[in-house]
Amino acid sequence: MTALGLGLGTLNQPGAGLWPLAISVAVIVLSLAQVFIGRRGGDGEKFSRYSWLSLVGLATLLGLVALLPVIGFEIPALVLSLVWMKFLGGESWRSAVLYSVLVVGVLYGVFVGALGTNVPHLF
Amino acid sequence: MESLQNVAAGFAVVLEPTNLLYCLVGVVIGMLIGVLPGLGPAATIAILLPLTYGVEPVTAIIMLAGIFYGAQYGGTITSVLLRLPGEASSVVTVLDGHALARKGKAGTALGVAAVGSFIGGTVAIVGLTFLAPVVAGFALDFGPPEYAALALLGILLVSTIASGAKVKALIAAAIGLLLATVGRDAFTGAERFTFDSLSLADGIDFVPVAMGLFGLGEILYNLEERHRAVHAPGKVANVWPSRKDLKESSGAVARGSVLGFFLGILPGGGATIASMAAYAAEKKRAKDPSRFGKGAIEGVAGPETANNAAATSSFIPLLTLGIPANATMALMFGALLIQGITPGPQLVSEHPELFWGVVNSMYIGNVLLLIMSIPLVGVFVRILRVRAAILAPVTALITMIGAYTINNSVFDVLLVVVFGAVGYLMKKFGFEPGPLVLAFVLGSLLESSLRRSLLMFDGSAAGFFTRPISATLLVVFVVVAVLPLIRAVRERRAAAVPAGARAAGGSSDGASAKNREEESV
Repeated sequence: MTALGLGLGTLNQPGAGLWPLAISVAVIVLSLAQVFIGRRGGDGEKFSRYSWLSLVGLATLLGLVALLPVIGFEIPALVLSLVWMKFLGGESWRSAVLYSVLVVGVLYGVFVGALGTNVPHLF
Repeated sequence: MESLQNVAAGFAVVLEPTNLLYCLVGVVIGMLIGVLPGLGPAATIAILLPLTYGVEPVTAIIMLAGIFYGAQYGGTITSVLLRLPGEASSVVTVLDGHALARKGKAGTALGVAAVGSFIGGTVAIVGLTFLAPVVAGFALDFGPPEYAALALLGILLVSTIASGAKVKALIAAAIGLLLATVGRDAFTGAERFTFDSLSLADGIDFVPVAMGLFGLGEILYNLEERHRAVHAPGKVANVWPSRKDLKESSGAVARGSVLGFFLGILPGGGATIASMAAYAAEKKRAKDPSRFGKGAIEGVAGPETANNAAATSSFIPLLTLGIPANATMALMFGALLIQGITPGPQLVSEHPELFWGVVNSMYIGNVLLLIMSIPLVGVFVRILRVRAAILAPVTALITMIGAYTINNSVFDVLLVVVFGAVGYLMKKFGFEPGPLVLAFVLGSLLESSLRRSLLMFDGSAAGFFTRPISATLLVVFVVVAVLPLIRAVRERRAAAVPAGARAAGGSSDGASAKNREEESV
């Protein structure tokens, strides 16, 4: 719809909106086809009770993005790693803590130490 | 001979210590992720894209290519030992490879696979060496109409030939094209779909999209699958194949090389399809097809040779036409763009050192892989003991930090997470990320060539059919688009007469189950 606002132009002078419009039409047609024909395909998977694991994972990633510019990457990364290992992965506390610290340490060494990137870091 | 000189110069490039090192790093990473089920070469390359900023273009592509063909070797190991294909392209190896392993001949299967892979890969590189410059020379005459037709055909083929539901793949491709239009219009300067956001004004970067869809989407998806424990196998003895085994499989290796090479060139082809086709071909040819599935050595040699040959030859369309043939090649395309190099017919003449460097690095990489995969199989098998629970946050964090380092932008990281969620949902609902990424990469090329050709032809679409090459390509396009429709209608009619609607439902269910297995990452 937005494409229409951009001006279609003519075929002689194709405008900015022509191409997006063409694709949008294609998307709509294909989606309708999928809705009508796709029923019997039965492709894809149902969400299982394990799907919340992925949701939690996603939430922690968003948390990391939010905190990255504020307090640097180390602490959020450590928390994320702990959550993923302990709660999502079912590791024991001992190995989760050990490996998380190790992982963040290595990441710090690689990205801040060796590569000298500008990742916001606290230390 | 100018080209021979270039080939020799390419070897000089490869033999630079840095390049050798990155080649080694690439194939080792490739082997690793090939062994580890879950993370495929496309995901790995996506995650590692930011790391390639800092190095020379040649070096970067050498490493990424190494990951790609290295994974083909690695995937075999888990297929044979654990019945657990590490890569989609090794799925068929499971059938006979694991049967051999149960007979105590795991070593034989792995050895033959490694030798076959080496031969297949090498044959394909030789083919690449001779064929690619020819294709590139031919493609130099291509104008906008040809490119528009070619890009269109490429996207269609990838969406329909690959795996999964065709309509869904086409939807994904169309959305990819739509995403490619975000940002300032190159012709009129109009802002499109930017929602007044400054961050979107320059369009969406390829890297966050790829990292999200392939990398993070895959990681999130695997979080769910975690609870299936992997049993690390015992020791593998006697990897060296006997002379008898080699003799028995030599025919399969030869056929696999040729078949894989040609299937790899086709858009939408690639390693997975090549391995399946080779398996089918071997089974059909065999005097006693019942041996297959019970440990026929040809059932390992054929597919394993073919997938390596195809992995190598799928570089041809990318390096000569600038059209990636599959999802992994789309990532290579992205990696080259990052480096400021637009892949296309000019690549061979303008960047001979890159072209020949990458091609020749594959010889070296294949030798390295052969060395690694025969004596070092035991080492790689041990890697399976690394728990997925520990690996997941590591890869996720590398992805996040890597995404930040591209432009030092938090917005990019957010994009990665958003596309990660999209990728996860796509996988859940049976959509392939491959066509989306490919269409996204080709989107701007397609749009600009299309509009430029419309300008050239004064707005008449018939102009496309006045030029022989674009006309041929478009005819192929129409055939590919229409043929499955006709076939589907005919099948439905045939099925409706005797068995009623149930047969159609049943067969499509079976097909979709198979498709899920084929899903390539």
